[in-house]
Amino acid sequence: MKLPLKWLKDYTDIKVSPKEYADALTMSGSKVEGYEKLGEEIDKVVVGRILTIEKHPDADRLLVTQVDVGNETIQIVTGATNIKVDDLIPVALDGSSLPGGMKIKKGKLRAVESNGMMCSIAELGVTKDDFPNAAEDGIFILEGNLTPGTDIKEVLGLNDTVIEFEITSNRPDCFSILGLARESAATFKTDFIKPEIQVKEEGDSVDGQATVQIEDSELCYRYAGRIVKDVRIEPSPGWMQERLKASGVRPVNNIVDITNYVMLEYGQPMHAFDLENLNGHKIVVRRAKNGEKMKTLDGQDRDLDASMLVIADAQRAAAVAGVMGGENSEITADTKTILFESATFNGISVRLTAKKLGMRTEASGRFEKGLDPENVLDAINRAAQLVEKLGAGVVCKGVIDCYPVKAAKKTIEFNPARINALLGSDVSAEEMKSIFARLEIEVNEAEGTVIAPTFRPDLECEADLAEEVARFYGYNRIKPTLLEGKATTIGGLTYEQKIKQLIGRTLQACGLSEIYTYSFTSPKVFDRINLPKDSELRGTVVISNPLGEDYSIMRTTTLPDMLQVLATNYNRRVEEARLFEMSYVYLPKSLPLTELPYEKPVLTLGMYGDVDFYDLSGAVEELMSKLGIKEYSLEPVHDNPSFHPGRTAKLIVNGKEAGILGEVHPSVSEKFEAAQRNYVGMIDIEPLVGNAVLKPEYKPLPKYPAVTRDIAMLVDEGVLVKEIERVITEKAGKILEEIKLFDVYKGKQVPEGKKSVAYSIAFRAADRTLTDEEAGKAMEKIVKGLSEKLGAQLR
Amino acid sequence: MKEQLNNIRLEAEKCLNEVKSSADLESLRLRFLGKKGELTAVLRGMGGLTSDERPIIGQLANDVRSFIEGKLEEGAKILQNKEQELRLKTEYIDVTIPGKRRFIGKKHPLTIVSDEIKDVFVSLGYEIAEGPEVELDYYNFEALNIPAGHPARDAQDTFYINDEILLRSQTSSVQIRVMENKKPPIKLISPGRVYRSDSVDATHSPVFHQVEGLVVDKGITMGDLVGTLQLFARRLFGEDTKIRLRPHHFQFTEPSAEVDVSCWTCGGKGCRVCKNEGWIEILGAGMVHPKVLENCGIDSKVYSGFAFGLGVERTAMGRFNIDDMRLLFENDMRFLRQF
Repeated sequence: MKLPLKWLKDYTDIKVSPKEYADALTMSGSKVEGYEKLGEEIDKVVVGRILTIEKHPDADRLLVTQVDVGNETIQIVTGATNIKVDDLIPVALDGSSLPGGMKIKKGKLRAVESNGMMCSIAELGVTKDDFPNAAEDGIFILEGNLTPGTDIKEVLGLNDTVIEFEITSNRPDCFSILGLARESAATFKTDFIKPEIQVKEEGDSVDGQATVQIEDSELCYRYAGRIVKDVRIEPSPGWMQERLKASGVRPVNNIVDITNYVMLEYGQPMHAFDLENLNGHKIVVRRAKNGEKMKTLDGQDRDLDASMLVIADAQRAAAVAGVMGGENSEITADTKTILFESATFNGISVRLTAKKLGMRTEASGRFEKGLDPENVLDAINRAAQLVEKLGAGVVCKGVIDCYPVKAAKKTIEFNPARINALLGSDVSAEEMKSIFARLEIEVNEAEGTVIAPTFRPDLECEADLAEEVARFYGYNRIKPTLLEGKATTIGGLTYEQKIKQLIGRTLQACGLSEIYTYSFTSPKVFDRINLPKDSELRGTVVISNPLGEDYSIMRTTTLPDMLQVLATNYNRRVEEARLFEMSYVYLPKSLPLTELPYEKPVLTLGMYGDVDFYDLSGAVEELMSKLGIKEYSLEPVHDNPSFHPGRTAKLIVNGKEAGILGEVHPSVSEKFEAAQRNYVGMIDIEPLVGNAVLKPEYKPLPKYPAVTRDIAMLVDEGVLVKEIERVITEKAGKILEEIKLFDVYKGKQVPEGKKSVAYSIAFRAADRTLTDEEAGKAMEKIVKGLSEKLGAQLR
Repeated sequence: MKEQLNNIRLEAEKCLNEVKSSADLESLRLRFLGKKGELTAVLRGMGGLTSDERPIIGQLANDVRSFIEGKLEEGAKILQNKEQELRLKTEYIDVTIPGKRRFIGKKHPLTIVSDEIKDVFVSLGYEIAEGPEVELDYYNFEALNIPAGHPARDAQDTFYINDEILLRSQTSSVQIRVMENKKPPIKLISPGRVYRSDSVDATHSPVFHQVEGLVVDKGITMGDLVGTLQLFARRLFGEDTKIRLRPHHFQFTEPSAEVDVSCWTCGGKGCRVCKNEGWIEILGAGMVHPKVLENCGIDSKVYSGFAFGLGVERTAMGRFNIDDMRLLFENDMRFLRQF
């Protein structure tokens, strides 16, 4: 909402600087976004009258002019082609400045002195929207009876300051000059003087000239009309155009400008119909019929339905209520009789209609917040007064006012002690009452209540009154306290939250950095990761109004996102990346969605660069160790189409599958334009939480020495290290302390199809020094077992 | 014999003082103390001494032996020190060669900030509550006093799944879920991911993160809110940080406020970071609307509460001077490594 300060000052006497004004209003609850001193950059530019025009002696394209600039006549050389003697033009004098920081100085053009510059609209920082008759290229020929030497800022209406407010949706009253004047007066404790409205009503009575009928009083609370005859459509006067332009509204003609002026001043949108084009001179406020059509003022054909309210005449819709007028009853240059509309509608209905029709207008934006029916008459009378003031027509006697149910005023309990208790403040009842008085909130002391004005739909309960008190008392005068003795709770992280924190820390210690990726993605990613057509993961939570297909489904797997990040880094020539993310996948329980999906927490790991599978599995093993999870294993997976068939494992935690990790299938990596080899793991967080042991139990340190034996064997290539270890563990018995794999070798001196595996095995007894013999016996059993079960040969 | 012994002693002393290497030392040991050494040779002649002389000479011979032994030991020590000194001189390394680092991974800046926020409130006895991101309209809007058709819904362009299910646009939904299930006193923060239909640019992301706080008990005042936020701002942005509340409107709080902190760069004098305002807006806050309490079955005549919320992205961007929100979700290693 733009507020020109001059307009404001009609209704309350504000003397402070724009900066002080802006700060004070912001602190009392009307947030100022900024302010603009109009024409601030224009200096020493005046109206000039062209006295003579001669050809430049040495240049065909230049003219030498003598220009009256008030107190003197100056010579200006120009290349302009659209000027003639007696034209009034803007002249930038010697030493002047123009928007954009341009400075004008006198000088010579082809040896002829030039003491100023004639300006175009662009050079003055205004547009054809502001001055439709001005030349696009060439000098701005000024209109009207202007005196040479007048400051151009006055002519352009640029000698004002405009404050820009951000008005919150609960304060429709502040979408108006008067509403802001009331707030300003309350803030500065100045008087708020409403406009004095007197309408002469020189025309005949409205009776019999038109009728208004509200068919749906749920959607239209009040509808008032006034008739103006002998209308003369012409431009509105400069003062009105200036105020409209300062408020960001383009002047059109006197009647349209009056409706806009009243809308800005009173916050009440108005409409003007050509009465002669309303069939039966009748207004019927009704729901549209399904399938009804209408062309709105913007020339668009609109399909209406029964959820929408229209203003119709005896036969057809003439306006979409609260949104936009129709072309069929539009006022034109030939209009002689108009019907002004000032009405209030159900805000939600207007909002939904505007949304459905895809046309949010200045009017609908106001109506949807819920306007005050009690404001309707003041607004229409103000419009009538302006018609008379502008000589735009003759106002007929009387108002057609259809107001089925008078707006009820809300009574709210008022208990100063309770307000202080909520605020933690010590504001006197007197001060509260004086704040209310300035806001036109009536206090009924006997009843212990207040009555909220109808223009304040936001005031409903005591907390609302507390806010009124607080914002004028001063939010920042409330004394800070710290819940002394109240809300005493222990708080802290839950077990799951602690585990998640531990997972993050451990992976960072393992050299992985944390990433954040979006939780929605494109349905195309499934093909890119080779996901089978019948995979459950293709059943997703679909966003009905996404930002685009790329962000249209909630992810059911994090593989594509991790790969995308790896690819981004790779393509930016980052040598190596080691990453993790803790996030969710969103798994529908039923489709179409009838209940909230299962949001499964997952840990995703990803790497490329100087890394291999064991860097990835190593990070997982370190994590398991830190979480105290002993019951876990990795088992080969050969058939996951997203992964390399020979370099992928599933993670089994406590007998249940808890994730997958491996080298990404080269065809998938290729589709993401990622590095040749990428390693990604996806691990469910819930089984980690469920199986973690955060309080390890201490085992005494060994008192007796260990005996260590090394063993190297040849086994078939396909034998897993895990199987060898299982045999060793089984055969070694109780005295086994540790098995350490120290070499796996294929190649020279190892026959084809075999591999050499070497271990260091430590034995120890808790209660005595182990003899060589005991260790030897255990080794014999191990060797025998390995040979029998796995066909291992000692080397 | 006496003389012989004294000569050996003198000779040994002389030789030992000139020793250059451990080989010299060994040959001297053999020359004087070896089985065929000079001292041994002298002692062999002891048989010819009288019983009176024998103890005297014996004593002298022992003295000479232990003198030589002592000298040998001394020499060995000196030699050892010399050799060590020499070795240390050759064992020169360039200590400015980069060390063997085990590169640790980095916390994402969003986690850094939200962890700091969590730490502040956990230390004050708050619990951390979480809730679903795909949420019912009821919890995201309806129960928060934002009924269907209300214009406040427009301010938060929301992603919908269907008429009843949406992507939460605020973590306030978690507050409702907690209040429905728990009697006051309630003291929680709810950090989490939220969604709004904003196109991606330098200051917007359709996915972002919030931390909201809620306190409900008997007698909670707006002063408590101010005090809590002041403490929070000081802990997060530094001891000298000031806060400022400006009246604002939120459907689920009344009175409501926007909260500014004094600029962390200039301390309030005005600079580029705070656009010469001296203040930076970081929080929305207010007293829980009585209707919201009632919606959760909490008697608003008996209990009151305050709530606040802040955006993690904006806070992180301010803290680390990050000028483009997209960096937070691109995950370029060269960006991540900086934290």
